[in-house]
Amino acid sequence: MLNDLGEIILLSLEVSGIALLLSALVGLPIGISMGLGHFTGRRLVTALLYTGMGFPPVVIGLFVYLLLSRNGILGQINSPLIPSLFTPGAMILAQTIIAFPLVAGFTMAAVMGVDPQLRLQVLSLGATKNQAAMAILREARVGVVAAIVAGFGSIISEVGAVMLVGGNIEGRTRVMTTAIVLETRKGNFDLALSLGIVLLTITFFTNLALLRLQGRTAGK
Amino acid sequence: MNQVIYSLRQLIKEYTGRRVLEIPQLDIRRGEAFALVGPSGAGKSTLLRLLNFLETPSSGSITFEDIEFHPDIEVPLEVRRRVTTVFQRPVLLDLTVWENVTYGLHLRGLKDSADSTRAVLEQVGLIHLARQHARTLSGGEAQRVALARAMVLQPDVLLLDEPTANLDPYNVGLIEDIVRELNKERGTTLVLVTHNVFQARRLASQVALLLEGKLVEVAGVEAFFQSPKDPRTAAFMRGEMVY
Repeated sequence: MLNDLGEIILLSLEVSGIALLLSALVGLPIGISMGLGHFTGRRLVTALLYTGMGFPPVVIGLFVYLLLSRNGILGQINSPLIPSLFTPGAMILAQTIIAFPLVAGFTMAAVMGVDPQLRLQVLSLGATKNQAAMAILREARVGVVAAIVAGFGSIISEVGAVMLVGGNIEGRTRVMTTAIVLETRKGNFDLALSLGIVLLTITFFTNLALLRLQGRTAGK
Repeated sequence: MNQVIYSLRQLIKEYTGRRVLEIPQLDIRRGEAFALVGPSGAGKSTLLRLLNFLETPSSGSITFEDIEFHPDIEVPLEVRRRVTTVFQRPVLLDLTVWENVTYGLHLRGLKDSADSTRAVLEQVGLIHLARQHARTLSGGEAQRVALARAMVLQPDVLLLDEPTANLDPYNVGLIEDIVRELNKERGTTLVLVTHNVFQARRLASQVALLLEGKLVEVAGVEAFFQSPKDPRTAAFMRGEMVY
């Protein structure tokens, strides 16, 4: 039982951890570029991003399910890069899509909140464009970390999409949220509650670790 | 002293088709304290951004020493790093005073020189606040930090965009003394943008009046104030509307 529990916790962390990493790798540069840039169609892209932030995870799960199913666009391609349905890879894909708009959208908002004069002043001090972007990112770090925290929160607690594309298969794709649903249905409230407490504790300590990235600002 | 550091020719800057600056010819000499005066919206700050190579002209050229830059030529980083600006509203980084002052050195991959950092902080009278967070400073102190972070880089040209606007007389006097010393002792070329004709008179050796993006008159400080050639210069100095 304890082994099973450990396996479920580890798989939850692995799936959500990798999904968060991937969404950050894609979402942070896009959020920074959108926060800094002024290009045609920016308003439309922003609207799409904000829509993505409110997209129901279960719909994303359905979308990924259809993509990866045998007759789906990706399901027909035989590539090691494309995960199969009912595998952790499919769950990672779904969670990455869920977290990405949150990471990119909040990062964009954080970057837009930085004083626009800062970039000019840093460039005037001799910064390259990349150094100026890093300076802005550093100034926006409170919001950027909030973006990552929001992304993590949205996927670690998510159940609909991982249930759809993962299938909640014991020993293969069962994560904490899907296990909670299953144990509740079976009437094992003690186990469901224990898993819930473990999930909350892990989320709390992960957020605590992420908050350390924000560092201290203005002596606060 | 007489070597030309900036030579502007047929310089035009437009934003979305609106012409904000048109300078057929302007030379600024090395070691000069050059003041640009004019009302708001005259294009003074735009000109400073062009001189700092932070923006590209729409057409024309800027020759910095012997290197001529056109709109299609990217200004090398090492050239851009020889010029720096102190802006009207300093935006300090979310760091300590010391870290803000050494920031430009780190950008250049240079080690934080404790002696030179201490020296500039002493010069601006803020050594006692070196470990304090920069965002907790008053407006005058923040502007002095901005000046210190520019000074520590020992630029060939220091551009000052209304550096004392909204400051109290004590800070105005302090900043004026520092930039005067930089110009006289170190030979740093100064380009000062100001609304304040009295400040231009106190600091500059050469003064230019910019109106609606065009240079009306450029002259030595005495000639500019004592015997302006253009009636608009005289009107501006009398505080009359010259738009």
